[in-house]
Amino acid sequence: MIHSLFLINSSGDIFLEKHWKSVVSRSVCDYFFEAQERATEAENVPPVIPTPHHYLLNVYRHKIFFVAVIQTEVPPLFVIEFLHRVVDTFQDYFGVCSEPVIKDNVVVVYEVLEEMLDNGFPLATESNILKELIKPPTILRTVVNTITGSTNVGDQLPTGQLSVVPWRRTGVKYTNNEAYFDVIEEIDAIIDKSGSTITAEIQGVIDACVKLTGMPDLTLSFMNPRLLDDVSFHPCVRFKRWESERILSFIPPDGNFRLLSYHVSAQNLVAIPVYVKHNISFRDSSSLGRFEITVGPKQTMGKTIEGVTVTSQMPKGVLNMSLTPSQGTHTFDPVTKMLSWDVGKINPQKLPSLKGTMSLQAGASKPDENPTINLQFKIQQLAISGLKVNRLDMYGEKYKPFKGIKYMTKAGKFQVRT
Amino acid sequence: MSSNSFSYNEQSGGGEAAELGQEATSTISPSGAFGLFSSDLKKNEDLKQMLESNKDSAKLDAMKRIVGMIAKGKNASELFPAVVKNVASKNIEIKKLVYVYLVRYAEEQQDLALLSISTFQRALKDPNQLIRASALRVLSSIRVPIIVPIMMLAIKEASADLSPYVRKNAAHAIQKLYSLDPEQKEMLIEVIEKLLKDKSTLVAGSVVMAFEEVCPDRIDLIHKNYRKLCNLLVDVEEWGQVVIIHMLTRYARTQFVSPWKEGDELEDNEKNFYESDDDQKEKTDKRKKPYTMDPDHRLLIRNTKPLLQSRNAAVVMAVAQLYWHISPKSEAGIISKSLVRLLRSNREVQYIVLQNIATMSIQRKGMFEPYLKSFYVRSTDPTMIKTLKLEILTNLANEANISTLLREFQTYVKSQDKQFAAATIQTIGRCATNILEVTDTCLNGLVCLLSNRDEIVVAESVVVIKKLLQMQPAQHGEIIKHMAKLLDSITVPVARASILWLIGENCERVPKIAPDVLRKMAKSFTSEDDLVKLQILNLGAKLYLTNSKQTKLLTQYILNLGKYDQNYDIRDRTRFIRQLIVPNEKSGALSKYAKKIFLAQKPAPLLESPFKDRDHFQLGTLSHTLNVKATGYLELSNWPEVAPDPSVRNVEVIELAKEWTPAGKAKQENSAKKFYSESEEEEDSSDSSSDSESESGSESGEQGQSGEEGDSSEDSSEDSSSEQDSESGRDSGQENKRTAKRNSKAKGKSDSEDGEKENEKSKTSDSSSAESSSIEDSSSDSESESESESESESRRVTKEKEKKTKQDRTPVAKDVSLLDLDDFNPVSTPVALPPPALSPSLMADLEGLNLSTSSSVISERKALHPKLGKK
Repeated sequence: MIHSLFLINSSGDIFLEKHWKSVVSRSVCDYFFEAQERATEAENVPPVIPTPHHYLLNVYRHKIFFVAVIQTEVPPLFVIEFLHRVVDTFQDYFGVCSEPVIKDNVVVVYEVLEEMLDNGFPLATESNILKELIKPPTILRTVVNTITGSTNVGDQLPTGQLSVVPWRRTGVKYTNNEAYFDVIEEIDAIIDKSGSTITAEIQGVIDACVKLTGMPDLTLSFMNPRLLDDVSFHPCVRFKRWESERILSFIPPDGNFRLLSYHVSAQNLVAIPVYVKHNISFRDSSSLGRFEITVGPKQTMGKTIEGVTVTSQMPKGVLNMSLTPSQGTHTFDPVTKMLSWDVGKINPQKLPSLKGTMSLQAGASKPDENPTINLQFKIQQLAISGLKVNRLDMYGEKYKPFKGIKYMTKAGKFQVRT
Repeated sequence: MSSNSFSYNEQSGGGEAAELGQEATSTISPSGAFGLFSSDLKKNEDLKQMLESNKDSAKLDAMKRIVGMIAKGKNASELFPAVVKNVASKNIEIKKLVYVYLVRYAEEQQDLALLSISTFQRALKDPNQLIRASALRVLSSIRVPIIVPIMMLAIKEASADLSPYVRKNAAHAIQKLYSLDPEQKEMLIEVIEKLLKDKSTLVAGSVVMAFEEVCPDRIDLIHKNYRKLCNLLVDVEEWGQVVIIHMLTRYARTQFVSPWKEGDELEDNEKNFYESDDDQKEKTDKRKKPYTMDPDHRLLIRNTKPLLQSRNAAVVMAVAQLYWHISPKSEAGIISKSLVRLLRSNREVQYIVLQNIATMSIQRKGMFEPYLKSFYVRSTDPTMIKTLKLEILTNLANEANISTLLREFQTYVKSQDKQFAAATIQTIGRCATNILEVTDTCLNGLVCLLSNRDEIVVAESVVVIKKLLQMQPAQHGEIIKHMAKLLDSITVPVARASILWLIGENCERVPKIAPDVLRKMAKSFTSEDDLVKLQILNLGAKLYLTNSKQTKLLTQYILNLGKYDQNYDIRDRTRFIRQLIVPNEKSGALSKYAKKIFLAQKPAPLLESPFKDRDHFQLGTLSHTLNVKATGYLELSNWPEVAPDPSVRNVEVIELAKEWTPAGKAKQENSAKKFYSESEEEEDSSDSSSDSESESGSESGEQGQSGEEGDSSEDSSEDSSSEQDSESGRDSGQENKRTAKRNSKAKGKSDSEDGEKENEKSKTSDSSSAESSSIEDSSSDSESESESESESESRRVTKEKEKKTKQDRTPVAKDVSLLDLDDFNPVSTPVALPPPALSPSLMADLEGLNLSTSSSVISERKALHPKLGKK
């Protein structure tokens, strides 16, 4: 399956290579560089690149290309999904996944990669198991190791690997037993020029942070499970219980994990919490254009909208913009033509607005299209779909855990066409 | 060092000649940079010292630095002797890092690597399963051909290990050994066969992977494990699930009959399946028997469904392709929701999923129509995602949604991403041709785009308009005039060429403009692009033929210019046209038909999806993504006309682990197989219980399994010896039973027995026609017959072998019939049949079959006849 892995940074240096079978020369990456050059932008590099003897499958994350070399037919998603899992694991181990961090921890990275694949086939990809095999570096452990000479490598096979709950490590102990669940919903929407919704849907996830002693068995039930149209589970969730009772029943992994992602059925009308009033006009004759946008709350169920940022890719003809925001700060990058306005909180009494003029390239014709406005925002303590967790019960352990549930609504891919 | 690198290159050869050069340069480059390296020498010297020190911490430091070098791709091979000494280190981290080093360099330093082997051999016996497993991993990863026998031994031992983790590693080692020495295939298949029986969820994925790599064609190994795999699937780790699902998809396509109704099947191949529905009905009428799904087929479909909810995109995709390829079409709908969900994922996942949806949406629009809006393009999508989404939107367009879509397309046309805008225009063109109601609307819209400021947009519009006009040539004089005017402003060659071609084709509809255009073009001929020049020549020729009075001189002028053009294509074309249109004494018969040649009715181009031809690849595969057959791609077979014997999947209550047989004993193995298959019919009822057991077995963990295995290994030794004896004894008894059964159970399971009977029959009867009429008294029986006839190659081979084993027990005279079987010629020369070693009642039965004929059977046979001929 996966023959080799090359990590390439944005400037085109191969800073890590790992081979699971015979060594594949790094010159194979030349084909990748060619494709990269053709694509001009990093995100346009095709994920699958055929070369005379190999196939290069890559993912691009954290400004690093993870290029897997394969030789024979394999489901491409298999490799891609695995590469993403590698990135997630690095993030889990080191907090961030970046070139300097990987370089600093190259030995751990190598050991982890060695455990993740055997002969190119995934061996251990659950972070709970990996962490037992190879302990993530912490400052304390590094100090202890240098003094006592002990190592980061576990010498016993993690029992999880063999048990029916391979995702949970055994012998977990906490003094404070806590289980937190975050229900996070994202609104994907396209709003047209006149302010009407072209498409809007809600995608949600439940992220959990579970720190419970022993082998707890949890059940989580919803007030209105019907809302959930399409769901995907962490492997720990018992599918049959969900099918029959619409209850999430699971033995959780230790630590942070994504319990569930869901899609709210399309039949439900999506409440759009914000509106954008815009007036962007280019005139044919003059080299000045008018620019004015206002953001206001729409259906927010009485909650405040925070963390609002507006970004927009201006047409190439725009040379510069002189704008004044009523609140927040704004920047315009004359090279990439990217306008971004950090609004902050929306105060319904005094709506934030950004007004001013754009200077256009003299003589150039006016751009065909007005720029699209991308919106980011957050609403705390609200799940826009109305999803509510009913209760969380724990079986199998005696203690009483501390339970917490948090709701949040965010903008996903939220675009306003102008 | 250089010699080492050389030997490495030789090994890695084998059809990689092109890359050999590259590899050579890369391996040599570090040594080529030897000058630079020598300054490093001191540093390496100090690494050596550290490795030789007594302190673990120093060794560890050194190893860490060395691993760092490997990671950066620097050459650390000269440290091999120093490193390999530490392979037996007590410190587990040092050990692990030494393993990392060994796996990387052992191939280059084979002799030295041998020093480490004994350590691994010792570790293979370690009480700690982690150490056993990792020893096996490294031992099988170092790729030193000399140790193949040692590896083989280790794999065999590990495959019987008590720890499923070690067995999993054994499964991985199989593939490694196979790639190192393909000659071990037979032995490895034995190990695979054994491991396939393993009930641990941990092993299942890995062994199926090994199966796919080593012997994907030995589908017969799966039969017995099919139900177990289906039942274990949910509990297997994600990666194993993907591999198993792909394998089972292939399996299902060979073992079950098509669940698709005849009408649907056509949908796959032909666009207009509605029309051809009628002929199809006739066929369905001929096939009276209603379709019932094999319970095993259903089992697979049912057990994979929950996996659509997996968080792993690869698993979801694997299930989706399984549903696409093997489920009834009415049920495949459930996958669309899950696939659309994956579109929220990373760009790379989106890319692959969209490609697959594009292929699906061509064939079955309805599946994704409800999700139309999920494919709307966002300005932040990367271009490749945008074009794929556009592709899907086009496929989904129909009368009902086209107006919404066109409005959406309008926004896209204005996009700042011009490449995408151009693709949108192409899309509009395709919609216009597919949906006749909107052709005019689209055409008008495109004409409006002709006044767009962006040249790429205009050029693309021209090209598309050209194609559209070609489809309905009449009544568009106005548009052509409009486009003729564009010639003054537009500079993109393709667009100019398109306009000229259009005017040439319609020169009789625009009699005033055409000569004028030619005049202008004659003036600018020399500065035009080659593509445009060719079209000018064409236009000239066409006008010369229709309107020679006005254009004769102009055309001749152009032909003269063309004659001295730099491009030989143009010179060539000029000569050709001159000969054809200008009458002279030499001109042949062709010039009479010049007008017909130039102004022939040209068929309109078909605007087709680029995903049109991808459906012959299995969805979700690399080959599908690239639209090229990738190395190692396994073709998905067509449904068999008639299902092979379903009873091969029946499993016995107590699985007897098979004894290790040396390579030569394949025959014996086969006899064992026969032994199972014969006793199956009685096991039917008990089989469900064995399934449930396999589930509980996976959970009960090591203890239970170890007990079981201990038993079985003891048993098996007796087993292999006793099998044969017991067989013959049982056989006769069973056959008696079966003859009774056959009559009551009209649908005789076409066991190997049956097949043989038929063949014997064919010998008693004098001709092949007699054979064909000799068959059965009821239509359902004829099915069992055809089953045995039309079985796939592989099955036939096993059957043959089975026959051979049977041969051992039957009288010598039967040799003759065996030879005939090998030929597989149904028209066998009459051979005096020796008294077969079958019970008399069976013989009577056979004779009874021989006499009876029925007309319905004959018609059935006819349908099958082509198949028979192939043999």
